[in-house]
Amino acid sequence: MAFRNYILVCGGTACESSKSEAIYAALVSECKAQGVADEVQVVKTGCFGFCEQGPIVKILPEDSFYVQVKPEDAKELVAEHIVKGREVKRLLYNKETNRKHAKAEDIKFYQKQYRIVLRNCGFIDPENIEEYIAREGYAALEKVLFEMKPDDVIAELKIAGLRGRGGAGFPTWMKWNFSKQVESDQKFIVCNADEGDPGAYMDRSTLEGDPHSVLEAMTIAGFTVGAQKGIIYIRAEYPLAIHRLEVAMKQSREMGLLGDNILGSGFSFDIEIRLGAGAFVCGEETALLASVEGRRGMPVPRPPFPAIKGLWGKPTVINNVETWANVPVIILKGGDWFSQIGTADSHGTKVFALTGKIRNSGLVEVPMGTTLREIIFDIGGGIANNRAFKAVQTGGPSGGVLTKEFLDTPIDFGSLTKLGSMMGSGGMIVMDEDDCIVDVAKFYTNFTVDESCGKCAPCRIGGRSLANILEKITSGKGEMSDLDTMEEIGSAMKKASLCALGQTSPNPILSTILHFHDEYVAHIIDKKCPAGKCKSLITYSINPEKCIGCTACARKCPVGAISGERRSTHSIDPAVCIKCGVCHETCKFGAVEIH
Amino acid sequence: MAKMTLEELRALRDSKKAEMLKRDINGKDTQVIVGMGTCGIAAGAKVVLDAFLKTLDEHRIGNVSVTQTGCMGLCYVEPTVEVIAPGMPAVIYGKVDAGVARQIVEDHIMNGKLVSDHVFDHPSTDILKDGGK
Repeated sequence: MAFRNYILVCGGTACESSKSEAIYAALVSECKAQGVADEVQVVKTGCFGFCEQGPIVKILPEDSFYVQVKPEDAKELVAEHIVKGREVKRLLYNKETNRKHAKAEDIKFYQKQYRIVLRNCGFIDPENIEEYIAREGYAALEKVLFEMKPDDVIAELKIAGLRGRGGAGFPTWMKWNFSKQVESDQKFIVCNADEGDPGAYMDRSTLEGDPHSVLEAMTIAGFTVGAQKGIIYIRAEYPLAIHRLEVAMKQSREMGLLGDNILGSGFSFDIEIRLGAGAFVCGEETALLASVEGRRGMPVPRPPFPAIKGLWGKPTVINNVETWANVPVIILKGGDWFSQIGTADSHGTKVFALTGKIRNSGLVEVPMGTTLREIIFDIGGGIANNRAFKAVQTGGPSGGVLTKEFLDTPIDFGSLTKLGSMMGSGGMIVMDEDDCIVDVAKFYTNFTVDESCGKCAPCRIGGRSLANILEKITSGKGEMSDLDTMEEIGSAMKKASLCALGQTSPNPILSTILHFHDEYVAHIIDKKCPAGKCKSLITYSINPEKCIGCTACARKCPVGAISGERRSTHSIDPAVCIKCGVCHETCKFGAVEIH
Repeated sequence: MAKMTLEELRALRDSKKAEMLKRDINGKDTQVIVGMGTCGIAAGAKVVLDAFLKTLDEHRIGNVSVTQTGCMGLCYVEPTVEVIAPGMPAVIYGKVDAGVARQIVEDHIMNGKLVSDHVFDHPSTDILKDGGK
């Protein structure tokens, strides 16, 4: 027998710490006491992500959203809502709507995520074109081919104010318009799916979850600028995304949505996939085009921009996956609709891959103008393991770190750049107090040194010098003048590098020197790593007052650096210790200390 | 399928839209949708998919379709599964393994009972539910 009501009690860590367990137990016993136990199921759920107002209780099918519920409210909830069918108004979350009913859907919090790009992700079967079609799929293409002129499409994108989601934020309509205006026997449409920032997987997930949205958008662009050929440049490390794209392209061709004479309109367009070998610089558009042509992936100076002179010297519209995925919805719902979402100069939404020391890591899509605090604490549920927030890294190796004083900054194209970071393609890595900021800067710098193509000297030589200085600082040999040297090299690289890779790669260093000057000083002057990450600057020792002589650490030590009899205090030989930290993780009594 | 005309595309969309609303495919009124992006697969979504098929088979349940989808965005609780059954609220389950999959079939699908501790919420409202208007 099915139940008539489901009472969902949030069992997330935050709600649990405010007695959701007791609320759950009280609701179960009230249901029994009031004779409705057979009709109602009480369920403990995962975090609702609205921890600010916890503990949360949601009753289905009415979808009533109760906040800050206490165990003593259980009796009233069951008696009123379940038995008499009347919502308990004093507990409803209705401050924002001023309405009697507070449905979960009406609450602004749930509007914090707004899914345009990810509209179909996690909803349709990506390998079944019919499900995409059922969700208004190819309706935008239909509209473009039969009701609109190329100029109408560009006008709609202009009204929408869509800007490139790969990081640079160039207005999409302008790119399309440049290519459209050039007279040429051949033009190309390219999708940049060379997503390479550490911790970023927005584009991969979009292609895996909704490949047709990109195919449809590229076809629309082909019609608009007068191109018959599209190319998707995707890295070979994304086998599932490639597979889903191939399946999608095959189905589209069979149905006549790609290929000759699409839907009998007389317009022909087809797409092929080019695999990249995973070079980070190939995400730069001129390097990407060189790679497609079979040349070594190195950037060339712009102008001329690819929109005028791109692939094989022909006009080429090149957009990032996320930008493409926005296009069909804009055509369908109109530029006006899109321009209402977001901030004054950044319209629409942005997808972020939220990772690092965050409780709810995942893929989130929010309107532009959402604050870092809302993303990290409301949607992401805050920092894992009850540690303190230290910083958030945005924009990958091209971006910088932002500290807690900037948490209330609304995110858009301009705001983060002003603070020394950037929105970038959407990677967002959250760090807690256990992360060493110098170590983080070193990680990103080594990444860009490895990925530099070597063509221009500022990036090739400057990057290496920066990495050497960071190595020196983290091994305890740093001098205060190193900070000035790094700033000098960094600003030279910003001005003189050929492409965005070199121009932005000093950002992680420059922003951390700015926001975490003290931590650099600790490494340089005190020769200490406050977070305990930099191996040369830390020593492990055993606190005799806490050690009970259980031998657990000695048995785990890979180099036999720990000595001591059973039930007597152990000690670590610093000459033998390789600072792997296994003893620290193993000790249940907190006796192994890091200095 | 052969190449379509505009009219055929529109007709197909209308008929499929009705199906998506009911989510019933070939007389099946219950849908189990497994999130199978790279994140889901890495967390064991394939094992979960197999467990659903096996358990449904064992109980000789014929009204359930099991399909795959992309990443639902709840990467911290992968593998994730959405279950849409008649008379029940649409629910996303997280941290599903073979055992939980069996429990979902036996409790949720067969007995209309949610599986406690694994229920999660939809990340946002659907912008296309009003027909893309």
